[in-house]
Amino acid sequence: MRLPKPRGGLSEWLVARLADPGLTGSAPAADSWDDESISLWTLHELSFRGFEDADDRAEWDPDLLGVRRDLEVALEERLRERWSASGSSTAAPAAADVPTALEDIVAADNGPSLADRVRRHADRDQVLELLRQRSVYHLKESDPSAFVVPRLPVRAKAALMALQFDEYGDGDPNRLHSHLFARGLVAVGLRAEYGAYVDDAIVENLEMNNAGSLFGLHRRLRGAAMGHLAAFEMTSSLPSRKMVQGLERLGLDGPMSAYYDEHVEADAIHEHLAARDICGTLAEDEPDQAADILFGAWTCLDVEARFATAMLGAWEEQR
Amino acid sequence: MSDLDFDHPDVVLVPHGPMLLRGAESVQDLDGTVHAVDRPVVALCRCEKSSRLPWCDGTHKVIPR
Repeated sequence: MRLPKPRGGLSEWLVARLADPGLTGSAPAADSWDDESISLWTLHELSFRGFEDADDRAEWDPDLLGVRRDLEVALEERLRERWSASGSSTAAPAAADVPTALEDIVAADNGPSLADRVRRHADRDQVLELLRQRSVYHLKESDPSAFVVPRLPVRAKAALMALQFDEYGDGDPNRLHSHLFARGLVAVGLRAEYGAYVDDAIVENLEMNNAGSLFGLHRRLRGAAMGHLAAFEMTSSLPSRKMVQGLERLGLDGPMSAYYDEHVEADAIHEHLAARDICGTLAEDEPDQAADILFGAWTCLDVEARFATAMLGAWEEQR
Repeated sequence: MSDLDFDHPDVVLVPHGPMLLRGAESVQDLDGTVHAVDRPVVALCRCEKSSRLPWCDGTHKVIPR
């Protein structure tokens, strides 16, 4: 993947600095949410697959880590303020109640559903646009959670590995979920290379991806990362089935609907592993993580709701 | 059981949810058809409303209790 297109002063500075590590000078302030988000996305990506036109040593460049920290502090504050304002963040639950508390958060979610729209009404261009947006995450699916493995106690670690093993194809590269999505993209005529559509990502999509990477990359936020994973899995089976129905309605069956079809079954299993065996045992072994587990879960639904609202709003305007 | 031993049952019944089954190689459904298992853990439908029996597809969540 090549460095993304800048979206303002900060990302312009950052992309230039990554392409030429000899450049000096301090980072300017971000001009906008978009500029801030693409900058943080780019800095995080240095810890995933990186960029062919950036110096690999930039991942641990102290100046860039300073920029990343400031952006992460601002993002975490934004997310926590929304969580506090939601009224869902009452006292932390007892460890034994964490799986039920996760179910309650999911049951209370009233965000709009893109899968509902795809199932019944979205046209082909809209679905292709959604797939391009989704590709930013699905081509690195499960990778943020993989960073959390060494940071967990025994039971949660074993359960996360059971879940990740399935996400990564149960040992078969053909069944790796991110690879199933790549095959789907090719089948519907889209580009499948890693990071192909980052320049098209709307800011709500970048925020959603940045939240997941922030949780995955910080040991301190391991509870939030696992809560985020649980909420993601708990809201996947039924929408994935609707995606299959919508793709078939539009004649986009084949590998792309097979990707969603796999998630109907897989995530009906994963949601229990995530809520009970990962989050439940993590909260028992490290009770101070209980509050962040719920924060992460709520945030997962919140960033998806904001993304869905933005996409549906743009589609309404087209009419 | 010592503090170093953990419960790790092969079958777990999820309240108002599916039956989780670990380590199975095949499962026979209500019609007698045998399905190969290609995952370490599978979720078997208990509400009988799944669109892909014998596997759970999450449908139980939209059925009023």
